[in-house]
Amino acid sequence: MANIRQFENAVEAKKDQEYLEALNELLFQLADDDFILAYRGSEWLGLAPHIEEDVAFSSMSQDTMGHAVMFYGMLEQLGAGKADDLSQLRSATDFRNAVLVERKNGTGHYMEEPHYDWAYAIVRWFFYGLFKQVRLESLTHSSYLPLVQVSKKILTEHRYHLYHLQVWMNQLANSTAEARKRLSIAIEKVWADVGGVFLLGPKASEIVGFGLLEGEDLLTQRWIERAKKAFDDYKISWIGKPDVSEWNGRNGQHSAELAEAVATLSEVYRLDPTAGW
Amino acid sequence: MAEQYMEASTQTETSIQTAIWECLQEVKDPEIPAISMVEMGMIGNVRNEDGVVTIDVLPTFVGCPALQIIKNNIAEKVKTVNGVREVRVNFVFEPAWSSDRISDEGREKLKQFGIAAPPRNHHFCGKWEVKCPYCGSPYTKMENLFGPTACRSILYCNECKNPFEAMKPV
Repeated sequence: MANIRQFENAVEAKKDQEYLEALNELLFQLADDDFILAYRGSEWLGLAPHIEEDVAFSSMSQDTMGHAVMFYGMLEQLGAGKADDLSQLRSATDFRNAVLVERKNGTGHYMEEPHYDWAYAIVRWFFYGLFKQVRLESLTHSSYLPLVQVSKKILTEHRYHLYHLQVWMNQLANSTAEARKRLSIAIEKVWADVGGVFLLGPKASEIVGFGLLEGEDLLTQRWIERAKKAFDDYKISWIGKPDVSEWNGRNGQHSAELAEAVATLSEVYRLDPTAGW
Repeated sequence: MAEQYMEASTQTETSIQTAIWECLQEVKDPEIPAISMVEMGMIGNVRNEDGVVTIDVLPTFVGCPALQIIKNNIAEKVKTVNGVREVRVNFVFEPAWSSDRISDEGREKLKQFGIAAPPRNHHFCGKWEVKCPYCGSPYTKMENLFGPTACRSILYCNECKNPFEAMKPV
């Protein structure tokens, strides 16, 4: 990393167009992943298995939403637009999140007949959480100083999320036969998408070349090591390398589930974007 | 003459700084009104340039929804200091807030408010032992790692049978 140029702040980054474009691309991935997953998490409000979990899951969603706010704020400083507009006014095809985080929580709607899948919620958050940890650790060596600082801070919060999710993984894995069955179905469902989380999109080589983040292969490898250890801990047999969904979210390709989510979450904001909050 | 002027201006500067810090002591945490921003260790650098005051604030948790309220409360209070024309509040992550920054007075006030203070120099891989803020007993159990705010957990004291909260070590 010795000959990689460091950028102290937004003003410096804005002077180098190529660097700025790679940085923006990465920040949208970071912001959109956390934002959309936090939105899906918030749809569980009032529906979690028990009251303590309702508090815990909404707290994690709130933290995660807060992380997204930081990343959108960094984009705002780089001149990409107002943070609120970036999160609420873009169309689904502009989002850079991985397809994994946009999937619905289950069938039905959170207001009516919410047949949500708790095992899927835990498994999705846990394996995304493992990757978030790997990615944040790598970002603490990023060439963009504000990312280094924010990542160090987010890591201190994120470990509580992982700790909580590990408790759940352990409980589901060591509970009844039905719980284990639901757990393994959820793992298969997550495995069909989770490979897309590791991708760095159309500017992957620039993101790595500018020292913003380490490469896809390296991050994937680290994630696989941790995921394998989790499988061992929970006595689940390893199901192999994960797949990438038919759409690549990093390129703006998404399921219809994202368009629906964006329409719902931005409904109020779109009514009057000039309103004070 | 120049030397005399310098001395006078340094004195004014010191008194403005003192007044600002006294003022910040009056700004309480919106979610824990017993404790001030200063005691929480949330105030970083305070700079005064000709009446334009810039205050660095270290958020406890990145997504804390109270940040905007904190910002407004600080600006309102510090504006009342003589010689201050404008207040700018910046949220900074360098240095990052850590629960080690809570002062001894702050820890005592948290306890009186029913919140166990986080241990100093906590190693995350180690055990987090929490003593009951009411009776001091270590015979407590974690009810929920997540509590009413991002920075707190909910516990129960098996000794005095009180539910209580603890601030997470970060």
